[in-house]
Amino acid sequence: MADERQIAEEELEPAPVIAPGYTFGTVTDQIASVVLTRRTPVFWIACFAGGFSLLLLLLWSVALLLAKGVGIWGIKIPVGWGFAITNFVWWIGIGHAGTLISAILLLLNQTWRNSINRFAEAMTLFAVACAGMFPLLHMGRPWLFYWMFPYPNTMGVQPQFRSPLVWDVFAVSTYATVSFLFWFVGLLPDLATLRDRATNRLARATYGILAMGWRGSAWHWANHETATLLLAGLATPLVLSVHTVVSFDFAVAIVPGWHSTFFPPYFVAGAIYSGFAMVLVLAIPLRQVYGLKGLITDKHLENSAKVMLATGLIVGYAYVLETFTAWYSGNIYENAAIWHRMTGPYAPVYWCLITCNIVAPQALWFKKMRTTPVLLFIASLVVLVGMWLERYVIIVSSLAQDYLVSSWRVFSPTRWDWATYIGTIGLFTFLFFLFIRLLPMISIFEVRTLLPQAKVEEESKG
Amino acid sequence: MKPPIYGVMAEFDNPASLVTAAREARARGYRKLDAYSPFPIEALTEALHLPKSKLPLIVLIGGILGGIAGYMMQYYVTVIYYPINVGGRPLHSWPMYIVITFELTVLFAAVSAVFGLLAVCGLPMPYHPTFNVPRFALASRNRFFLCIEAADPLFDRTETESFLESMDAREVSEVAH
Repeated sequence: MADERQIAEEELEPAPVIAPGYTFGTVTDQIASVVLTRRTPVFWIACFAGGFSLLLLLLWSVALLLAKGVGIWGIKIPVGWGFAITNFVWWIGIGHAGTLISAILLLLNQTWRNSINRFAEAMTLFAVACAGMFPLLHMGRPWLFYWMFPYPNTMGVQPQFRSPLVWDVFAVSTYATVSFLFWFVGLLPDLATLRDRATNRLARATYGILAMGWRGSAWHWANHETATLLLAGLATPLVLSVHTVVSFDFAVAIVPGWHSTFFPPYFVAGAIYSGFAMVLVLAIPLRQVYGLKGLITDKHLENSAKVMLATGLIVGYAYVLETFTAWYSGNIYENAAIWHRMTGPYAPVYWCLITCNIVAPQALWFKKMRTTPVLLFIASLVVLVGMWLERYVIIVSSLAQDYLVSSWRVFSPTRWDWATYIGTIGLFTFLFFLFIRLLPMISIFEVRTLLPQAKVEEESKG
Repeated sequence: MKPPIYGVMAEFDNPASLVTAAREARARGYRKLDAYSPFPIEALTEALHLPKSKLPLIVLIGGILGGIAGYMMQYYVTVIYYPINVGGRPLHSWPMYIVITFELTVLFAAVSAVFGLLAVCGLPMPYHPTFNVPRFALASRNRFFLCIEAADPLFDRTETESFLESMDAREVSEVAH
C-alpha cells in the first residue's frame, strides 16, 4: 500500500516549475542582486532612456492640451471619444492579466505563477496609471476631476449614480487602490530581504522603512497568508467587474455596434488576452538580459501562450457572435453598423484587427511557436496591436456612422493624438524600468516556497 | 550578574529542523516562543499552537461597512439630497446601485485587510530585539530561527540554551534587549 501511494504521489507531483539546482540562498541572491548591484545593464539604460524620452513627449502634449483644450485632438462630433477612450480601454485591459496572475491563479493553486506575479502586478499598476490619465485628460478640465466624486459642495449638485460613467470612476479607482495594496502586501517580505542584504546605508534605511519591521515570524507569515488569500478573493471578482463596468460604458448606450449584452464577457476575455501578451512582451527580454531563465522558464512562456490562445479564441467567438447577432436581430441599424465596419471607411482597420487577433494567434497551436521566445514575442506584439485596433474599431467606427446619416463623419487622428498615446507607452516603460531597478521583479519568498527543500517532510512531525 | 536578555535564539539550516525544535519546545512546556523563517511554513502554525487570527473577521466587518456605506451614499444622494425625476421612474432605483455598492464593499474590505494585517502583526515596528542578533539578517534569506523568550516562566538561561543546542541547531545565541 505504502509503495503504491508513493508511486501515485510521484505521478501526481507536477513537474518542477523552476530549474533544478537552486537553493534558498541562490534564489535570494540572484533576484536581489538585480536591485542591489551598482552595475546597471546597457539594456536597462537604453530602455529607460527610450521610455523617458517618450515621457517627455507625453508631458509636452499634455501641456499643449491643457493650454489649448481637447481641440488639438481629432475628436469632433459625432466621434467624441476617439483615441482617448480607445487608449483607456486598451491600457486597463492590459492591466487585467496582472491581477489574473496574482489573484485568480493563486486561488487555483497554480504555483508557476510565483515567478511572474510580481512584475505582472507592477505592470497592472502602471497600465492602470496610464489608463486613468485618458478619461481625465479627455474631460478637458482635468483639474476639476473631483467633481466626479460625491462631496458636499456649494453648487448643490451630485453625480448621477445611475450612469455607467460614474460606475467607471468607482470601479477604476477601486481597482487601482486594491491592486496597489495587493502588490505592496506581497512586497513586504521581500523589502525585508532587501533591507537585510543592502550594504548601502541609504538603501538599507529606505527598504527598512518600507518593510516596516517585518521579521518573518510565524505569526507574521500566518497572517500574511490569510491576508493574501483574502485579497486574492476580493481581487478576483473585482478584476472581472472592472472590465465589465468599462464595457457598460458602451453596452448601456444605444449606439448601434455598442448596445449589446455580450460586451462584458467579451471585454474581459479581450483584456486578459492583451494582458498576457504584454506579460510575454516584458518577460521574454527581461529573463534573457538578467539571466533569469531558471526562474522564468520556457514553461512559464508556454503556459502564458496557452492562456493567450484560449482567450483569443473567446474573443474570436465574440466577433463571430457580434456579426451573427447583428444579422439575426433584423435591426437595420445594427446590421448597418457591422456592414460599415467590414466595408466602410474603417474596413482596412477592421480586417487588420481580424488578422492580428484571430488569424495570426492560431500559430500558437504549434508547440514550436509556444516554446520559441522570439516568435512568441512577435506574436504578443501582434496581439497587442490587434487589441488596440479592436477598441479603436468598436469606439470610432460605431460613433462615426450612427442613426443619422447627415451627421456621419470620419474620424482622423491628429499628431497630438498619436503623441499622447505613444507618450503613455513612454510613461509605462519609464515606470516599469524604475520598478525593475529598485524593487525585486520576482517574488523572492514565493519562489523559495517552490524549492524542494521548502517541504517539511512528514517524518519530522513524529 | 549579566544584564537581562530578551531571550535565546537558535539558528537552523532547514525548515524541518525548525518545526521539530518548535514542536519539542512546546512539548517541554515553553509557551513564549516565536519562529522566524524566510517563507511561510504551514506546519509551524500548528507546531507553535498559534491562536486563530482575527483578520478574516476584520475584513468581513470592513466589507459589510463598505457595502452599507456605498448603498446608503447612493440612496441619500439620489432619493433625498438630489432627486432627479426621469419620466416618473422610481427614485430608489436599487438595481443601478449594485455596481458602486459592490466596488465600495471590495474597497473597504481590501483596505481593512491591509491595515488589519499591519495591526495584527504589530507593524510598523521600528525596533525589535531579534534584530540585535547579527546573524538574524539571514532570516530573510536562507536560515530558520527559533527564539525562546526570557519572559517564559520556564526560561532558564543555561538550561534553555542547552536544550536548543541539543536540537540540531547550527548556532545558539543570546538576544540582547
